[in-house]
Amino acid sequence: MRSLDHFNVKIFAQPAPQFDLAQAVPVFHRWIQESARPELLIDVADYRHVQAGPGVLLVGHEANYSLDNRAARLGLLYNRKLASEDSLPAKLEQAFGAALGACAALEAEPAFGGKLRFNAGEAEILINDRLLAPNTAAAVASLLPELRAFLDHLYGVSAYTAESGGAPGERLCVAVKTAEQRPVAWALERLRRA
Amino acid sequence: MKASNHLWNQALEAEMPPSLAKEIEAFEQEIALKKAGKLDDKVFAETRLRRGAYGQRYDNGHRHDGKQSRTLPFPSDGLTKGPHTLWDAPGMQRIKIPFGGVNAAQLETMADVAEEYSVGVAHVTTRQDFQLHYIHIEDTPALMRRLAAVGITTREACGNTVRNVTACPLAGVCHDEVFDVTPYAQALAGFLLGHPDCQNFGRKFKIAFSGCSDKPCALVRIHDLGAVAATREVDGETRRGFALYVGGGLGTVPYQAKLMEEFLPEEELLPTAQAIARVFTRLGEKRNRNAARLKFLVAKLGIDEFRRLVAEERKTLAEDPAWTAYIPGAHAHTEQPVRPPGLVQIGAESSEEYRRWLQSNVHRQRQSGYAAVTLTLPLGDITSDQLRAVARICRTYVRETARTTVEQNIVLRWVSESGLPQLHDELSALGLAEPCAGSIVDITACPGTDTCKLGIASSRGLAAELRSRLAERNGATDAIVRGLRVKISGCFNSCGQHHIADVGFYGVSRNRQGYTVPHFQVLLGGQWSNNAGSYGLAIGAVPSKRVPEVLDRITNYYLEKRTSGEDFHSFVRRIGKGEFKTLIEDLSEVLPYAAAPELFTDWGDPREFTLGDLGVGECAGEVVSPVEFQLAACEREAFEAQLHLEQSDPVRAAQTAYASMLHAAQALLEFKLGSSPEDADESVHAFRRHYYDTQVFFDPFAQGKFADYFFAAHAQRDDSPDHEQARRLVEECQLFLEAAHSCHARLLVNRT
Repeated sequence: MRSLDHFNVKIFAQPAPQFDLAQAVPVFHRWIQESARPELLIDVADYRHVQAGPGVLLVGHEANYSLDNRAARLGLLYNRKLASEDSLPAKLEQAFGAALGACAALEAEPAFGGKLRFNAGEAEILINDRLLAPNTAAAVASLLPELRAFLDHLYGVSAYTAESGGAPGERLCVAVKTAEQRPVAWALERLRRA
Repeated sequence: MKASNHLWNQALEAEMPPSLAKEIEAFEQEIALKKAGKLDDKVFAETRLRRGAYGQRYDNGHRHDGKQSRTLPFPSDGLTKGPHTLWDAPGMQRIKIPFGGVNAAQLETMADVAEEYSVGVAHVTTRQDFQLHYIHIEDTPALMRRLAAVGITTREACGNTVRNVTACPLAGVCHDEVFDVTPYAQALAGFLLGHPDCQNFGRKFKIAFSGCSDKPCALVRIHDLGAVAATREVDGETRRGFALYVGGGLGTVPYQAKLMEEFLPEEELLPTAQAIARVFTRLGEKRNRNAARLKFLVAKLGIDEFRRLVAEERKTLAEDPAWTAYIPGAHAHTEQPVRPPGLVQIGAESSEEYRRWLQSNVHRQRQSGYAAVTLTLPLGDITSDQLRAVARICRTYVRETARTTVEQNIVLRWVSESGLPQLHDELSALGLAEPCAGSIVDITACPGTDTCKLGIASSRGLAAELRSRLAERNGATDAIVRGLRVKISGCFNSCGQHHIADVGFYGVSRNRQGYTVPHFQVLLGGQWSNNAGSYGLAIGAVPSKRVPEVLDRITNYYLEKRTSGEDFHSFVRRIGKGEFKTLIEDLSEVLPYAAAPELFTDWGDPREFTLGDLGVGECAGEVVSPVEFQLAACEREAFEAQLHLEQSDPVRAAQTAYASMLHAAQALLEFKLGSSPEDADESVHAFRRHYYDTQVFFDPFAQGKFADYFFAAHAQRDDSPDHEQARRLVEECQLFLEAAHSCHARLLVNRT
């Protein structure tokens, strides 16, 4: 399989019935003012009006961040858009690092009043390129060794499950889950050590 | 840019029609040439526009973040994709869907490309296209190839070309139609696509087809060329043909299309369209794009002379077999359902939601036992997951017969009525069964400041807010109010079709208390029915945040004062705009910042409002300029002109509108020079010298268009216009005043 550059990492939020997604709009605007992420941040797009959609999106040049509501499950989605020469595990480390960093910032956001918490132990990796990575068993099999190389570092060997599924036309998606919930800070620390 | 981009050509080689493959390859080469510095900016801009690859807000590399205007340091390294348009800035891709017809495979591909190149959302436009946003220019050839492989082209989706050919989404299943216009729309779209006679227009060219003359589904009268199905008995035989309209268009100042042919035989449809294209190419304005649409040519020549010229041109055309080759197929054209006909069941167990959905979203077809079902897309948006689910539903229920609509929805036709309860359940689960199709909740809005470079105010933000408020009480809303149409544009350009709504809004700004405040002009008197039979006029601007109150007042007033059975259009005519203006007058007030800071931001955007993203500086001074008061007086004059129009006094309306423009120009001269000449000729001369020749008055995008309106009004001030000419002048007057407000705001910035 050719080098994969374009993929999404989604870190799922813990159930947050009190959390109003509208509050993310001014927060993301402020992130642009403060250049609060390493990427070039361009604009905020509000898609709350569509059911189970991208939610509130912070559009960037190298990547988009969104409080994504796809499949009616809230999470922080990091959409990597640029190519690089790094290995796939290195790219995954960058994407998880960016996503978890954004999760940490959102958890600490005063405007949310502690209502938004993430479980770093539940994530999805979606390959955003159907030609290079079709949603087939063969593609998953060829991808898993490199995915595991990274996930073992992050979660620990045999400390998580990684499953793929979905219809053939859908993007290749690997759902990762640890047995227990993992705080964002824990995962960031693991990344630092790795 | 995706690593797989260059692989799609090979992967899809066998699936792409050769003509489209060649066209996309040419575009890819042009991209390479531009990157190599071998293609001029303007040439590349036009070439990408002709492939539907449009610019998007902030692509000049500047954005006001609410505190200051900042540079967006795209790594473009000086590379541009057009004048002031940075290479790496995200853009919009428009995708043509002729007559709105789309099948399951196409929906799935749309879902895939939206997900991989955009943000997982596709947007249905007011001309039945799809649009994807946040696209990188270098991803567009791969995206186009994937669409081409399922029979979709983006060719000539933008630029000075024949745009998407639209048609009534109920064509073929409608009770009222004379015949199914689908194959004719398809044939004309195919015939004109890339046609040599359509490559040198001065401006875009829009075509629409309707099966009947009185329903609004295709909005024929707002198009450059509109065809309405008609038949005629000839020698005992029923012959098909069209009533042909030309020279309509919305835009800044809307024009009603004129009837060119009462009955054009079907075999003459394509050659006549070709002849019109040639006349437009030959005589249409090329240098001034603000006067280049066909509507200006038809108005200038008069319909009789235009008809004569087309007839002359028609005689010169060499016979083309394509003109008639499709006609036998058109006569034989039918669609087949996937299920046998059934009868709709409403049992005691049926939910209220289902009953309401049946009432608002389900349209019984001409074919007994079948229904057309509208999927309501909020703000015209649909996610990739929803698109894939709709594709599956299409295969299950309707043999892939889906259409996009000009009200930014999707219609499924040929649903067996017996399948409606199950379909409702499936659509409900997807969030696509909101029972509000064609209602006041189902608001049309252009992209506005969300993504459009020309947007002044947030049309989508306002639409989302109104939608949410109205949906909450939709069930309780009086049926007569529920049937009203609301349409919103982010600026005067009318992409949201505000002129033909019962209540229309378009974005403007006002300078108040040293701030620029987002406003919307309120329009009344537009008509959606009769194929967009009449256009609304502005009654006053209100702060964006007060628009919901405006709508409530207007609808409540209608409920309270209407006579039995009186429709809204008739009501507005009877009551008069003066009374409506009084009704909302207090809502136009901008309270002090400290008392109502929310008025100084727009819907869905917490940044302090600015026009900075239009390329104009902000941060005006604290002093309220006398010009604001003078312009307010001019607005009152402009409104008086409307009242004269309403009283069927076009001459007085024109005189008053002209006076309003003159006084606004004089106010600006006073601001700049300390005084203004009193004499009209001298004022016009001074205005031209100080504001036009210096381009100080120029709109960043419309350039000198609004000043030209003033000069034309001055030149024609002693004429006796008819009602339509006066109506246009009133509209132009309003736009001139908006431009005067903007110009004044810019001048204030420069003074501080």
